[in-house]
Amino acid sequence: MPAARRPKLAVWKFASCDGCQLTILDCEDELLALADAVEIAYFPEARRGQIRGPYDLSLVEGSVTTPHDRERIQAVRRASKKLVTIGACATAGGIQALRNFADVRAFAAAVYASPQYIETLSASTAIARHVPVDFELRGCPIDKTQLLDVMTAFLYGRKPNVPAHSVCLDCKREGNLCVMVAHGTACLGPVTQTGCGVLCPSHNRGCYGCFGPKETPNTAALAAWLRRLGLGDGEIMRLYRTFNADADAFRDESRRHGP
Amino acid sequence: MARSRTIEVGYLARVEGEGALHLSVRSDRVDRAELRIFEPPRFFEALLRGRHYSEAPDITSRICGICPVAYQMSAVHAMEAALGVTAGGQLRALRRLLYCGEWIESHTLHIYLLQAPDFLGAESAIELARTQRAAVERGLQLKKVGNEILRVLGGREVHPINVKVGGFYRVPTPQELKPLAERLDWAEAAARDTVSWVAGFDFPDLSRDYEFVALRHPNEYPMNEGQIVSSRGLDIAVAEYDQHFAEQHVPYTHALQSRLDGRSGYLAGPLARFALNFDRLPADVQQAARAAGVGAVCRNPYQGIIVRALEVLYACIEARRIIAAYERPAEPAVALPAPRPSVGHGATEAPRGLLYHRYELDADGTIAAANIVPPTAQNQASIEEDLREFAGSWLALPDAQLRLRCEAAIRNYDPCISCATHFLRLTVDRGAGDG
Repeated sequence: MPAARRPKLAVWKFASCDGCQLTILDCEDELLALADAVEIAYFPEARRGQIRGPYDLSLVEGSVTTPHDRERIQAVRRASKKLVTIGACATAGGIQALRNFADVRAFAAAVYASPQYIETLSASTAIARHVPVDFELRGCPIDKTQLLDVMTAFLYGRKPNVPAHSVCLDCKREGNLCVMVAHGTACLGPVTQTGCGVLCPSHNRGCYGCFGPKETPNTAALAAWLRRLGLGDGEIMRLYRTFNADADAFRDESRRHGP
Repeated sequence: MARSRTIEVGYLARVEGEGALHLSVRSDRVDRAELRIFEPPRFFEALLRGRHYSEAPDITSRICGICPVAYQMSAVHAMEAALGVTAGGQLRALRRLLYCGEWIESHTLHIYLLQAPDFLGAESAIELARTQRAAVERGLQLKKVGNEILRVLGGREVHPINVKVGGFYRVPTPQELKPLAERLDWAEAAARDTVSWVAGFDFPDLSRDYEFVALRHPNEYPMNEGQIVSSRGLDIAVAEYDQHFAEQHVPYTHALQSRLDGRSGYLAGPLARFALNFDRLPADVQQAARAAGVGAVCRNPYQGIIVRALEVLYACIEARRIIAAYERPAEPAVALPAPRPSVGHGATEAPRGLLYHRYELDADGTIAAANIVPPTAQNQASIEEDLREFAGSWLALPDAQLRLRCEAAIRNYDPCISCATHFLRLTVDRGAGDG
């Protein structure tokens, strides 16, 4: 082990399913080596103890949905030299951002026995809406290999190797039959960022957008194609409005097809 | 003079999600034990309204990154009940195989990374690896086998993409499953070693007379199907759940607490499944249980770690059996009829216990109402009862040690707080013509 001080890693949770931070523990072959290379200073899902900041790298999972969390993210930013958001909740508000398209009080009244016990904000928002973010790692959930690459990049001062092109491009490289052209299956592959390993088209299923919009997506052109496949406005709206519903390109396109 | 003392655990570590504990002591007696779940609620039942029934498996899987398959399974069974179809044969077997993967992954995570450090005096598995590296590495590799099943059959470990109402998008070839069979041979041996390892831990001599609740199937250890039964005589179809179970809203937590027929808290999860279905386990798993010192019924919540290890062993054997008998079905899913106004109920055995879903569908297949009751919510009352009963004998300990003892008592349950939190809802809904 090097004599030099090991960089300090912190993992923070906001509103989320825990699946992205679980991805760290799913690095079964690398976890113990990672724990040798960095000091896992704060990670309540994995350890009781806590080592004080500042932290060299903070990974932030989840979206901001409560007044308390709106304050807490400021403290996390202050304690972090570099801050990387992990997953669709932290980078685009997550599935819980569907509240952003509804009246949150009506939402709460439909779900809660006593909504007055619960403090909640009217919108679920990405971390970057609140504090400067050094890098946003996409995915619902994130990809393990990309996570290891980004951690290494930030801890050793290089640029992350995370492509921003579409699923469509990698699907062609895989030699997959196009599910949209061949089967008439609705697919978000042309407008979605790659990273999952083109999972859905490889399983005869249309991409449903886990990694959010690719760079410069033409969502309107895809919507026109979807309409030619027979999809109505409601279906197109729902397709764009799932786990990355509050990502700009998907949100704006979904609004063209519904309330 | 009444001496009062308050123990607070501000943020429970090594559990999934955000929770805290408040214990208050009056005159050397535990006055109140409150598990406070402050995980921000995410409104799943509300956001499901207006979505198409086919979206429920993927949307509800996002409730929990550790047990997404459980949500997918309860959702597909509920939707298939609403539509009046059944996925049988090899499709049914593949669902069971997927669930085996999740049980192995989730239980092994809990055994090695979350709970074992409590028994061995470490604050994390990473610290534990300094003294017991071989054991921790075995745990990580065993967990990986569970994740490999999820990846081969589901596409990925967290939020698999291959599950749909009616079956799968694509079914694997026998050749694709074959490497899993080889890995499972190693995993079965590792699971036996795990049972012996955890059976050697030092367990406090504490037990309670729980009412156990789990599914029971005519000839299988339960995963996807069965009657809901209890150790006090409950024996109902899944569709009758709402007539017997009710949730209460208490102000200090973001999760409702479940009650069964107006009685005190009940217990779902591995201890309950095991006690109610011991006779459904293969003889050599039963024998391993006896050798590990838990017999057919285990009422000591600390020994839940042994029962989890036995369920991992069972899941390895069962997965191996399913793969050996696998023939690729002609269609990846059963044909689905046109939707109609209907209600569907589904309950399956998540790693942490019974997970209940109920949906109302409109004529076009849109979800009009949804209700989801996860196991941690059901166990919340039982966790508090454990603390009230057990903590009384720990009061001589200094605060730091008492806090650690209480935390460990909560971790017995492998609580999944992200799951528990989404489900707050109106109790008065029940009186307003539910059904």
